[in-house]
Amino acid sequence: MISIFQNYGGLLLQGFGQTLICSIIALFFALVIGSGFAILEVMPNKLIHGLAKAYIELFRNIPLLVITMFFYVVIPMYIAKISGFAAGTIGLTLYSSAFIAETVRSGIQSVDPGQMEGARANGLSFWQAMRYIVLPQAFKYVLPPLGNQFINLIKNSSVLAFVAGMDLMYQGNVIASDSLRSMATYLCIGLLYLIITLPLSYYMRYLEKKLAA
Amino acid sequence: MLNVLCAYSWVNIKFLLEGAGVTVFVSVVSIIISYILGVILGIIRYVNFKYVSAIVGFIIDIIRNLPLILVIFFTYFGLPSLGFKPAPIWASIIALSIFEAMMVAEIVRAGIASIPIGQMEGARANGLTYWQALRYIVLPQAIKNMIPAIVSQFISLVKDTSLATIIVLPDLMNHAQIIYGQNTNYTIPMFIALAVMYFIVCYSLSLLSEYLERRIGRSKAVDPEDQPTNPDDPNNPNNIANLDA
Repeated sequence: MISIFQNYGGLLLQGFGQTLICSIIALFFALVIGSGFAILEVMPNKLIHGLAKAYIELFRNIPLLVITMFFYVVIPMYIAKISGFAAGTIGLTLYSSAFIAETVRSGIQSVDPGQMEGARANGLSFWQAMRYIVLPQAFKYVLPPLGNQFINLIKNSSVLAFVAGMDLMYQGNVIASDSLRSMATYLCIGLLYLIITLPLSYYMRYLEKKLAA
Repeated sequence: MLNVLCAYSWVNIKFLLEGAGVTVFVSVVSIIISYILGVILGIIRYVNFKYVSAIVGFIIDIIRNLPLILVIFFTYFGLPSLGFKPAPIWASIIALSIFEAMMVAEIVRAGIASIPIGQMEGARANGLTYWQALRYIVLPQAIKNMIPAIVSQFISLVKDTSLATIIVLPDLMNHAQIIYGQNTNYTIPMFIALAVMYFIVCYSLSLLSEYLERRIGRSKAVDPEDQPTNPDDPNNPNNIANLDA
């Protein structure tokens, strides 16, 4: 294992960096898109609610690999050439945004409806009430589940290995076939993933306990 | 337009359905194994046997935080060095069962922990042993709370079977890739077929979970238990949104 780190340190570090960059980009856009669809889903308008729900159910019930391969295979054929990294990140963003939307929606609905009614009665518009009264309270509630979604997102970023996204898992495959020592290589890769996900998961457990108390 | 129709010729559809059969077989076997294993591990984790529970908890935390693809690689490349070389289908069943069992174990542990401690104390005070109380009083209530979370975990198991194409499991995803690899005109029709097939399976499972949730909600209204926790509260460890999807 140590010899893997010594001989292929550069590749491992590069993959680690790509995984982190991809996860952060995907997290940012998934949060924005997901929160947007969560708000649309709780809107009173039936049509908007239906469209938002259709988006969320569509991306929640199709495997991430199918979404990613779609962007990797179909988009270059008909629209524009994109790299594996971009295709993977777009797929990961759309897939995660559906889960984040569900999480944020449950947060918004757990805020007492009296908060919204009170804000509206005080003359705020729907969007102002959402922005200044409901969302800040909702986000405080959903912080631990959002953190768990982020951990899932990091784990799911390994799907970039299917589309030559140069991430940690992809470099792991490259190293495994180069060094012919697959088990040692995959143990190193696992260790590097755990460095990111394990502390996050313990922190989220701590936050959950703190908020529940 | 003709291409689209040719893509859905009987030969291709049959080939896709064969793949879907493998996907369903792998999913069902993994669901059964991971449910049994997960409940046992979850109970061990909750009950606090000296050392054993700590070790089990550590293993659960490690495997839960690894990407599934890595777990699949470990079984596919690791088991042969132990003298057992599984075919891709068995390697993926083993990997999926282990990985999802850890997820289920965490759900079970959280579910048992969410039952008020008074239930256990009351049962013990009435003369039941610890195991009797766990078996007849605590577990039935906990399982009821856990069902929606466990079903949504199984939905992700069905979706995750597609990752096993990396070790050439001949599943739905793999067969679709073979078809559009032979004729690039079939790419979009194949992706539509893939999306529709996976969506039908996963969405019907999620409808089942919603139905179970509503039924459980109703049975609670009739027979109120002293539940201080609200199942919709995002801080409740039982809330599906809190658990890994």
